[in-house]
Formats: sequence, structure tokens, C-alpha cells
Amino acid sequence: MNLKRAFRVWQRHLTVYTKLYKSSIALNFVEPALYLAALGLGLGAFVKEINGVPYIQFIAPGIIASSSMFAAIYECTYSTYVRMTFQKTFDAILATPINLNDLVAGELMWGATKSLLYGTIIIMVISLFGLVQSPLIILVIPLLFITGLIFAEISVMFTAIIPGIDSFNYFYTLFMTPMFLFSGIFFPLDNLPPVVSKIAFFTPLYHLVNICRGLSFGNLQCCIWDIVWITVVVILLAPYPFRLMQRRIIK
Amino acid sequence: MNIVSIKNMTKAYGSLTAVDAIDCQIQQGECFGFLGPNGAGKTTVMRIISCFMPPTSGEVTVFALNVTEKPSAIKARVGVMPQEDNLDPDLTVFENLIVYARYFDIGKQDATHRAGELLSFVGLKEKADAKIEQLSGGMKRRLILARSLVNNPELLVLDEPTTGLDPHSRRSVWEKLNHLKAQNTTLILTTHYMEEAEVLCDRVAIMDMGKIVTIESPQKLMGIHGGNLEEVYLKLTGKVLKEQL
Repeated sequence: MNLKRAFRVWQRHLTVYTKLYKSSIALNFVEPALYLAALGLGLGAFVKEINGVPYIQFIAPGIIASSSMFAAIYECTYSTYVRMTFQKTFDAILATPINLNDLVAGELMWGATKSLLYGTIIIMVISLFGLVQSPLIILVIPLLFITGLIFAEISVMFTAIIPGIDSFNYFYTLFMTPMFLFSGIFFPLDNLPPVVSKIAFFTPLYHLVNICRGLSFGNLQCCIWDIVWITVVVILLAPYPFRLMQRRIIK
Repeated sequence: MNIVSIKNMTKAYGSLTAVDAIDCQIQQGECFGFLGPNGAGKTTVMRIISCFMPPTSGEVTVFALNVTEKPSAIKARVGVMPQEDNLDPDLTVFENLIVYARYFDIGKQDATHRAGELLSFVGLKEKADAKIEQLSGGMKRRLILARSLVNNPELLVLDEPTTGLDPHSRRSVWEKLNHLKAQNTTLILTTHYMEEAEVLCDRVAIMDMGKIVTIESPQKLMGIHGGNLEEVYLKLTGKVLKEQL
């Protein structure tokens, strides 16, 4: 894999994105704002506080994590699949000096970039609404690239093995949504059966939520092990998107 | 000088043998055609030459470089016109060329200049800012031809370059290809149109079920076996070249 050639793929995605981004970014505000309003204010009127923190401030940092996750997953499932299968963009690119490993690396880096971008936008939005307690939240930004890579890796792995675009329903319903609901964004997992926390430990979103919430409250120590977790996992998963894509595309 | 050398090359997908131990040498500056119906293995040969996938066995070199060892170096000097349209629907005609040029590390200024030249060459200058979906089938093929030339390739690989085009567009593409031939670009194409092979090719490889039946110039083949290439094909393989509808 050659990083410069991978960058060319990333550049192509950026070029297309800058043509289409306006509607995309605007919409990316709306859903998190709805969650904050409906749950933060609506449910927050009943729940009041969790762990001594007003409910809306409890969930706001989690929304950074979830927006970041959705960005990487949608890019590296749906968009990657469309490029690969319907538009045949991959075929076009592979006729140039770009090889498949460069292309996969470019897809992963682009997914991670979108993850970083959309997570950062949420950081800005919730900071503007005074829902962030500490400037340490800035440290989340580079970490969003790492978790973005993890979500991208998992997504590309899945994209490489599915027979048809409908298969993504399994991915969204059985993996993404449970992870979203049981990652500690909306409620701590302590009061649920211990098996839930044990499973959550193995999901990237759980750790990203801890990191976002910890840094939002200025507490770096509490999320050191989460940072270690994401660093280890992003490296462990790295070979698999390449291997699976090779198997799918180059016969 | 051999631009492409294929020695005892086989490509198998599990139990299916798509290309069966073929041998073929393609000279610089010639227009070489692979003639045969769908399923004969022509596209597979094209994809292996353009380093899209490796052969199962045998040796394939382009510019004396092995396709499995130096794919990027080879692809930098090759232009590919695929059978299917794989243009970027989110980009304009002009942008498609610029973005493609970037994969070859061609700088913005050079790319812009080159794109302008190529659009003139294929007669799409006024369509530079058009969306891909606004183009007719013939225009899309011409754009794909233009795109395949962005890196000034020494070798141009064309997979069914005029399939699906009306006769006027077809002749237009042939005219462009002959122009490139005159500039000493090596052309390799696949086709199941015998007229195309007769008009363009210096030599053709007749392919049937993954094997090369014979390699000869169209004129010689027609001289030996009589009639047009359609009849030559029928004589040599016992099969009809044109697709049965």
C-alpha cells in the first residue's frame, strides 16, 4: 500500500464531497439537535440529573460520539458499496497506477475524515449551547479520527462480504443500532445486567462515549484505558478490510 | 519490440477456466484485436494485461515488466477504455478528466490543458460542464476514450470500444483510433464486430472458449478461408460470431 496513491483516492472523495456538502452538513446538524431537544429537554424534564449532572449535559458529549460513528459507517457501507458495485468507480480507479490496497486505504481514511468532521461539528454546536464543561474537549478531535478508522474498518469488512445492498439492514439493525442504544449515551449501563456492560466493552462506541464525556468534564484520567483500547483495536482490525476486499474484487 | 508478451497464460476461477494456456506477442505500434463472442475470455485477457487481476499461471509482461510485480509502473503508461461506463456521475465531463489525471500524478495545470485538448479531440468541447447523465451513449463512450488518453499512454487497451453505438458514433470512434495508431500508439482491442476488426486491426487473435484458435491479419484470414471475418470465425470454430438474440 502506497500512502500517496491512497491520498489520491481520498482527494477524489473530497472533490465530490465539496460539490455536494452543503446539504449534507446542514442535515447533519438536524438529527443530533433533535435528539438533544427531544431527549435532553423532553426526557430531561423527568430525569433531571444523572451522576450529578443535568440530563442534557449528560447526553450531549455522547452525541459527538454517535454522530461521528454514523458518519463513518454510512460512508463506508452505503457509499463504498455504491461506488464499488453500481458506479463502478473502483474499476475506473484500478485502471490507473492506484492498486486495490491504495484504494481501500483511501476509503478508510475518507470514512475516518468524515467521522472527524461530523464529530467536530457537534463539538462546536454543543459548546455553543454551553453544554461542554472543559476545553479538554479539543483532545477528542484527533481521537475521532482513530475511532472513525475503527468504524470504517468494520464497515468496509462488512461491505466486502455482502451479496447485495439490502444486507446492510442486518448491519444497521443488529450491530449499529444496539451499539448506539447501549453505549452509555442516554443512560449509564450500571443498572442493567452485567452482561450488557461486558458486551459493550467490546464495542468501539462505548469507549468513544466515555472519552467524549470524560474530556467534556475535564477528566482525562478516567478515559486513559478507553484511549488505549481504541489505539489497540484500530491496529488489530487493520489487515482485515484489505484482505476481504482483495478476496472480493481481485479473483 | 514486444509491448505485451503473454506466455502460456491461464486464468481460472475455481473450476471455470476463462483463459486456457494462451500465447501471444503484441508489437509496438500495431493494432491487435481479440475476436470472439461473449464468454470467449477476451475481457479476462484485457483485465490481466491492464493489471486488474493476476493470471492463475503463465507469464504476462507489459513493457517488459511483469504484471504481478510492477502493476503501478505498467498502468502509468497504459490507457484503459473499459466495456462499461464507469464515469463519476457526481462530476462534470471536465471534472471527470481532471480527477482521473490526478491518479497519474498529473498536476492541475497540465491536467487542465490536457483535458481541453482531449475534449477537442473527441468533439466534446462544448459539453465540458455538462453532467454525465446529460450525455448520450455515444458521447459517454467518447468521454471514456478521452479519459483513457489522459496520461498519454503508449498502450491503449479497449474492451469493446463501440458496442452499443450507432453507426455514425462507431465510425467516429474508429477515426479517432486510427489517428492514435498513426501516432504509433499500440492498440489492443476486443470486439465481436468483424467489421471493426477488419477496419482497425493489423492482426487478430480468434478466441473461442478461452483458447486462441489462430493469430493472423484479417486480410490473410479472409484470403485463406474466404469471405468476411464472420465466415472465417464460423469456419475455424464452428460457431457463429454474432450474438444470437
